Amino acid sequence: MNLRLLWRKSLNFTMLSLTGLCALITVSALFFILGYLVWNGGKDISWDFFTKLPVPLGETGGGMANAILGTLKLLLLATLFGVPIGLLGGVYLAEFGGRTVPFIVRYTADLLNGVPSIVIGIFAYALVVMPMHHFSTLAGGFALGIMVIPTVIRNTESFLRDVPRSLREGSFALGANKWRMIATVVLPAASRGILTGVLLALARVAGETAPLLFTAFGNRFWSPGWNQPTASLPVVIYTYATGPYEDWHQQAWAAGLVLLGLVLLTNILVRAFLSRGTSYERT
Amino acid sequence: MATTPNATTPAELAWSPRVLLRRMRDADEIAHLITLIAAATLLLITVLIVYQLWVLSAESRAKFGWSFFVTKTWDPVAGQFGALPFIYGTLVTSAVGLAIAVPLGVGGAIFLAELAPPKLSSSLTFVSDLLAAVPSVIYGLLGVFLLVPIMRTTVEPALKATLGFLPLFQGPAYGIGFLTAGIVLAIMIVPFVLSVSREVLLAVPRDQREAALGLGATKWESTWKVVVPAARIGIFGSVFLALARALGETMAVTMVVGNNPIISASLFSPGYSIASVLANEFSEATGNLYLSALIELGLVLFLLTFVLNGLARLLILVTTRRGSGVLPT
Repeated sequence: MNLRLLWRKSLNFTMLSLTGLCALITVSALFFILGYLVWNGGKDISWDFFTKLPVPLGETGGGMANAILGTLKLLLLATLFGVPIGLLGGVYLAEFGGRTVPFIVRYTADLLNGVPSIVIGIFAYALVVMPMHHFSTLAGGFALGIMVIPTVIRNTESFLRDVPRSLREGSFALGANKWRMIATVVLPAASRGILTGVLLALARVAGETAPLLFTAFGNRFWSPGWNQPTASLPVVIYTYATGPYEDWHQQAWAAGLVLLGLVLLTNILVRAFLSRGTSYERT
Repeated sequence: MATTPNATTPAELAWSPRVLLRRMRDADEIAHLITLIAAATLLLITVLIVYQLWVLSAESRAKFGWSFFVTKTWDPVAGQFGALPFIYGTLVTSAVGLAIAVPLGVGGAIFLAELAPPKLSSSLTFVSDLLAAVPSVIYGLLGVFLLVPIMRTTVEPALKATLGFLPLFQGPAYGIGFLTAGIVLAIMIVPFVLSVSREVLLAVPRDQREAALGLGATKWESTWKVVVPAARIGIFGSVFLALARALGETMAVTMVVGNNPIISASLFSPGYSIASVLANEFSEATGNLYLSALIELGLVLFLLTFVLNGLARLLILVTTRRGSGVLPT
């Protein structure tokens, strides 16, 4: 009997420690990745990295200004295309929908969110690149914009639903009709959450490589216009990392560090911003 | 309107209270319509994706039919396209990824849901969510320069020495291949298993734990025999979700899998996956048949992940009962 108790207790201890170990391994992976990137890429980050074009092989120096600008341009396009649809769609789900249609939209949003990014790339290729007959910044922004929609729509909806009933009722009591209530009371009250949702969605697509490979393509130089191919950080990392030259690998590490820093920083800032409370709570 | 007792001019009529009220309601209708259109755009995009993939893969579907899925040859020059090596590679790498990620993720979730104090639990979950936010090309970067050499010089020889009698662990150790890709995938999908499993575990009512503990069960017994079975369906959901991610993962796999359409029982062997062949060959595809065969691969990938995700969301919906609003993205 005592032996059995001992066995149960030691099993208890062993298994619980193992679960702790699992959690530790998972969590430490992030710090390891970050540390390794800082170790390898940190020394190559300089002012030039952000302001200069890549130099031909064999020359030292140069930067990735074109890729950084390209990523920003793509994100701007994604915002212009995806955020309005996501925002208005979220308003519909939270404020206007009945039962069936919002359920279908919500479910589809979740499914679209899970569609592999490379398939979205094919879609953008078919819809934008094929009719235009060439790769372009526009096509890349379109692909990223599609990927932004599901996250923004779901986030907007959930933050709008969190706005207290009393605020809506107060607004109705003052004689506002529904759209006024939404535009002047509910949306401002949820604005903080909605904004963070948009930022998170953008941080996520900022690191996407696959949908850009055959939409925005790549460019060794400044992209001459929205209609032309452009370099972007993720694609440059991919090209440089799989290329044969040591110089390229170094640059890939540095670009990787910049990209990861950007993504993690956005996530952390958003989290800190959110934890400061919502704008409709009285303190 | 013409029979209103007090004769009013049309200008006055437009500002009478009733008309004003109706106008304002009309504005509501317009707002309703605009937001509905936005929501419908999402559905439209999804339908359009299926439609485009279907139409553009017509040539390949007509030429190869079902044999596309069982043919091993992928020869763009001869115009022979078979998807089998890619499907095989996708499934094998995902299976390896799941085999590592599921125990790790579920174990970690048990710790976070059952043992860790709430504050620690939520901050560790945040770190895990950050891990999910790391771009896949970064995983690929570390895979190429860090993991591949380690696999070639240390891990694969060690596996060969100990488990070499299994066909899984035979053949030369290249470093790149199914096993390495599977390991990278595992790290990438652990956060999904972890945070979803944690959530469904937390959704199990407190009474169940207390009842088990009250009967004299140890903490582990109450967790493993009561809480985990109660959350079983949701945990399956998280696994499907992770599987869908793994199947569609492109960059990290492309960078370490070896990009060689080989079907081999050995995990050390280089291989190829559906997403990788799309990433590598799509922009260079010449000829309509080639492009249409690639797009058919995209269609396969889309349908696979669509079905898996649909299933996963349903399972999670069933266990948490309050929708899938807070899933990691």
